[in-house]
Amino acid sequence: MLGLPIENKIMDNNQLNNHRTILLRYALLQLHDEAVAEDAVQETLLAALQTGDSFRSESAVRTWLIGILKHKISDHYRAADRHYSLESSHEDEDPNEALEQLIFDGKGHWIGSPSAWKCPDHALEQDEFWRVFEWCQNNLSEQHARAFMLREMVGLETEEICQELAISHSACRVYLHRARLGLRECLEQRWFNAKRK
Amino acid sequence: MKTCKDISSLLSDSMDRPLTKRERWAVRLHLLICRHCSRFQKHLHFLHKAAERYYPTENDKHPPS
Ligand SMILES: [Zn+2]
Repeated sequence: MLGLPIENKIMDNNQLNNHRTILLRYALLQLHDEAVAEDAVQETLLAALQTGDSFRSESAVRTWLIGILKHKISDHYRAADRHYSLESSHEDEDPNEALEQLIFDGKGHWIGSPSAWKCPDHALEQDEFWRVFEWCQNNLSEQHARAFMLREMVGLETEEICQELAISHSACRVYLHRARLGLRECLEQRWFNAKRK
Repeated sequence: MKTCKDISSLLSDSMDRPLTKRERWAVRLHLLICRHCSRFQKHLHFLHKAAERYYPTENDKHPPS
């Protein structure tokens, strides 16, 4: 836990912990380094606690916190002298348009139909599965991966994701769908249908 | 008639918003006759579950020795 005086009107201890978990997921996926991610989150929360702003809702706080965190993350990349842009590409320019053509034929039928996955829950208990899961996530186009992450890991609403990625609602919907199609396909090939010892 | 492509997209939407009545019926009807999309639906729920657990499980990998 943070050794901070948390007599703050922004959030109580419980809320702080929730936000912290979410921010950490976000940071971890952008920074790929646990220690660096921890630092960025710590700095974000410190900065947040030092301001006296108050918010109407939990989700407003979260959006605000993610905003601060994004700055911390780009600071990190700037310091590391690496090219990193938080600005997203333009509206509806989906880099992975071809994906659906690999999955559905011209009539909208599945090309390689989804297979039955054996004991999927069992996979969640295996370290090797998580390595595959991560690999598959990294294999998505960056925009798709971010949309998926913000939705399914950070738990943002679609509305917030559109804002975050600066894309239209319909693009957002397409990104999420393609991310899921891609991830599903990858897990099927690399895990569920893969021959393992 | 909605295709598997359409239905898969609605199934994905259903993870993010409530479907309209009409959409719900279209999906329900299609799932009765299409095992591919039925599987896809299960897989979507699995992805959701996996994503939710992604971070905690990463951490749980290092049990106190
Ligand atoms: Zn179908």
